[in-house]
Amino acid sequence: MSFFQADQLSINFGGIKAVDGVSFDVEKGTVFTIIGPNGAGKTTIFNLVSRIYEPSGGRLVFEGTDITRVPPHRIAALGIARTFQNIELFEHATLLQNLLLARHAHKQSNFISELLFLPSVRRMEVEHREMVEKVIDFLDLQQYRDSLIVNLPYGVRKVTELARALCTDPKLLLLDEPSSGLNVEETEDMAFWIQDIKNLLGITVLMVEHDMKLVSAVSDRVLALNYGRPLAQGSPQEVQSHPEVVRAYLGG
Amino acid sequence: MTLNGLAVGCIYGLVALGFVLIYKATELVNFAQGDLLMLGAFVAYMAVVWWGLDYWLGFVIGVVAVAAFGALLDATVLRRVIGQPQFAVVMLTIGLGAMFRTFASVTWGSEIYTLPTPFSGVWTVGGVTLSHQYLSIIAGTLVLCGILYGFFTHTRIGVAMQATSQNQLAAYYMGIPVKLIFSLIWAISAGTAVVAGVLLAPVTLIDINMGLAVALKAFAAAVLGGFGSIPGALVGGIIIGLIELYAGATLPEGFKDTAPYIVLLLMLAVRPQGLFGTLGRKKV
Amino acid sequence: MRFVFKTSYAQDIQIFRDRRDAFWYLLLAVVAVLLPVVISDYYVGETTWVFVYAICGVSLMVLVGYTGLVSLGHAAFLGIGAYAHAFFLKHGVPWVAAVALAVAITTACGIVVGLPALRMTGIYLAIATLAFSVIIQEVFSRWESVTHGFAGMAVEKPVIFGISFADDRAFYYLCLFFLVLTLWLTRNLLRAPTGRAWVAIRDSEIAAQSMGVNLAIYKSMAFAYSAALMGLAGALFAHKIAYLAPDIFTILLSIQLLLLVIVGGLGSLHGAVFGAIFVALLPPVIAILRDSIPASFADVASATGLSLFGAIGEAVGNFLRKPGVEAGIFGLILVLVILLEPLGMYGRWMKIRIFFSTFPMYKRATFKRQKTYMRSERLR
Repeated sequence: MSFFQADQLSINFGGIKAVDGVSFDVEKGTVFTIIGPNGAGKTTIFNLVSRIYEPSGGRLVFEGTDITRVPPHRIAALGIARTFQNIELFEHATLLQNLLLARHAHKQSNFISELLFLPSVRRMEVEHREMVEKVIDFLDLQQYRDSLIVNLPYGVRKVTELARALCTDPKLLLLDEPSSGLNVEETEDMAFWIQDIKNLLGITVLMVEHDMKLVSAVSDRVLALNYGRPLAQGSPQEVQSHPEVVRAYLGG
Repeated sequence: MTLNGLAVGCIYGLVALGFVLIYKATELVNFAQGDLLMLGAFVAYMAVVWWGLDYWLGFVIGVVAVAAFGALLDATVLRRVIGQPQFAVVMLTIGLGAMFRTFASVTWGSEIYTLPTPFSGVWTVGGVTLSHQYLSIIAGTLVLCGILYGFFTHTRIGVAMQATSQNQLAAYYMGIPVKLIFSLIWAISAGTAVVAGVLLAPVTLIDINMGLAVALKAFAAAVLGGFGSIPGALVGGIIIGLIELYAGATLPEGFKDTAPYIVLLLMLAVRPQGLFGTLGRKKV
Repeated sequence: MRFVFKTSYAQDIQIFRDRRDAFWYLLLAVVAVLLPVVISDYYVGETTWVFVYAICGVSLMVLVGYTGLVSLGHAAFLGIGAYAHAFFLKHGVPWVAAVALAVAITTACGIVVGLPALRMTGIYLAIATLAFSVIIQEVFSRWESVTHGFAGMAVEKPVIFGISFADDRAFYYLCLFFLVLTLWLTRNLLRAPTGRAWVAIRDSEIAAQSMGVNLAIYKSMAFAYSAALMGLAGALFAHKIAYLAPDIFTILLSIQLLLLVIVGGLGSLHGAVFGAIFVALLPPVIAILRDSIPASFADVASATGLSLFGAIGEAVGNFLRKPGVEAGIFGLILVLVILLEPLGMYGRWMKIRIFFSTFPMYKRATFKRQKTYMRSERLR
């Protein structure tokens, strides 16, 4: 039984089949990448997994549990976190507050205890803060802790997206185009971080990417999509040399 | 009596039309719409009663003056708040509305005034009495809507409006004169409000707060019809006008004013996008 | 420039940034407590209004400033709290219980109003709250057995545990106590996960959901808490105004409350207090100016011999005496604040503080707003 499984996943948007019968398995502790031209349905799959969209067909199974009908706010508690392609950070809060919010799924306080700010709430806050600081150290975000997100440059925001997703303490991490908008050096950093996330933190990564160098460097398995349908699945080398993928995507 | 409801509904529809026009173009809700209506009615009053001009000339002066004022408002004040959250701009228009009311109070006085019009007779058709006043309102609305319809379908401004409302920066890149379009929309919207105001003046008489009461119901009408839809605004207005009338006549006291809002709440609960509107969804 | 050297996480969690900040707030508290001793009864009454409005401000700030849900009908909640409290007092319910019941009823109404919020955004929610407010105002007029309709309803003086708080000064302390309590409770919520969840809902609902925030629960909570505070404010408002009538709780009052939070500064509790000071003190200030401006200008005219000054003073005085001028002045200030200082009074206060603390290296560009383009808020 695999760690995460999508089974004949499909969704229609008013007649257009954005995703059509996509199936894939993700092994625990690996990096699985989805590639494909723009509009192929990659981010749509992510939105289906985070339950922002309702699928019109197919199943999603995570650690043996069927999560196809789980409400969106329960996904974080199950251990699935995601980043957003177009950065959905909380713009008018500080970086620290963004990361602390990610701990929401693990909070143990209720309304009354927070209203009176009981010692238990205080203890919980300190614990969350310690956990968040570990992620800040991991991603070198110390100097931006108290900056408002609106004031941060794009590269730092991308990293903050990643940091926020890590702060939810996920088992499965969905990265939506982690290197888009980053320069060569930042992309290399991202590659190292993804490898560290896999090897040191033991988190399984499901990724959407366009940068083929990054894909080859970190992925264990790759799925190529086009027009919502799967083209090829296998190791990075196999998929990148597959004739149909080359025709559709790599401009062979 | 239905004529009464229809006529009042047309007024609501016209003001709602003004709301929707500005919303479609700039995504702002102009809470001062009712007060522009009031200003227009007062200007027409001033032209006809203080300066002794002909009714129609006064009408035109009112429309032109306030339409120009609307464009000026956009060019000077509203231009500066572009980029601020929608809520802040809504509050800005509320503040402007209050200023207009005070201005009217200081310039023209805070009493109730009558505008003499050439529609004072009645026609009796098949046992039903049709007042000229109400007929004039309906006729005026139809004429104005016809003009606007022709304007929007036979020029490229309609498409330009949509573009600027969804992504202003891209509209600039496409060579659309965004600032001019905005000012034009405000002028049209203000002009529409004035037409409504002058048509309404004989029915409710002119005073400082005439715009406020109308604007609230017109708001409900715009939401009912769907905030992004022009025909929806008119249909919504007529529905609200009829509901108000029949609620006042058939239901116990107190429902006359609240029935439109109850209907509004039901509509929002069942179909938030209104009769003709569409729901948008963010793509992440 | 003062740097706060942090040595523990607790420092980021506590209410006051450090001992020096705490000292200034303590000083403010002392001033507030001693004020009634030094100023006249009239000003004690006016300051009490500031406190009541400040509680309203905190309520609306939580909903609009922190959670991003605009309500154009908050006066309705104030009215529900006021009428409920007055009603229970008339029927012999002890004061504390009456307040508690008023708060409970208002909270229940808040949850009901919040239900549509779960499906609507932005302007639609604002219209829904507006509609609700109009309907409630009508209910106040028609439900005569409870509210006495248009005849109005007198409110008894507060008597808590046998002690009468009818005296102006006693009531001042009562309101001050409740304001401080409100600020403390709200600050607690805002530095806890609930407050962060609210801010998250304001900034990005989709991301908030992905982080585990149940939108329905937290939006309802925001409405409930905001309504609860309005219920409390309503009870105090009822005592202060002494005679309730349906035409107090109009849309114009709701707009005045929104003006309070905007002029004060959206997004901070300080803003609620600053806004309350502004809204409560502007009408008396106008009343004073109405007479003092013509008088002082007349003095200048006779001193310089130029009757022009006298004429100007008379004109300004006449203008201020016209009916409905107050609303226009409020409107003007609202417009100026949004155009010139969108961060409100608190924002301007922070800028002034930063100016002095970074002098002479203050740069105007620190707060310069970038040229922004309009983006559609329809798709949030």
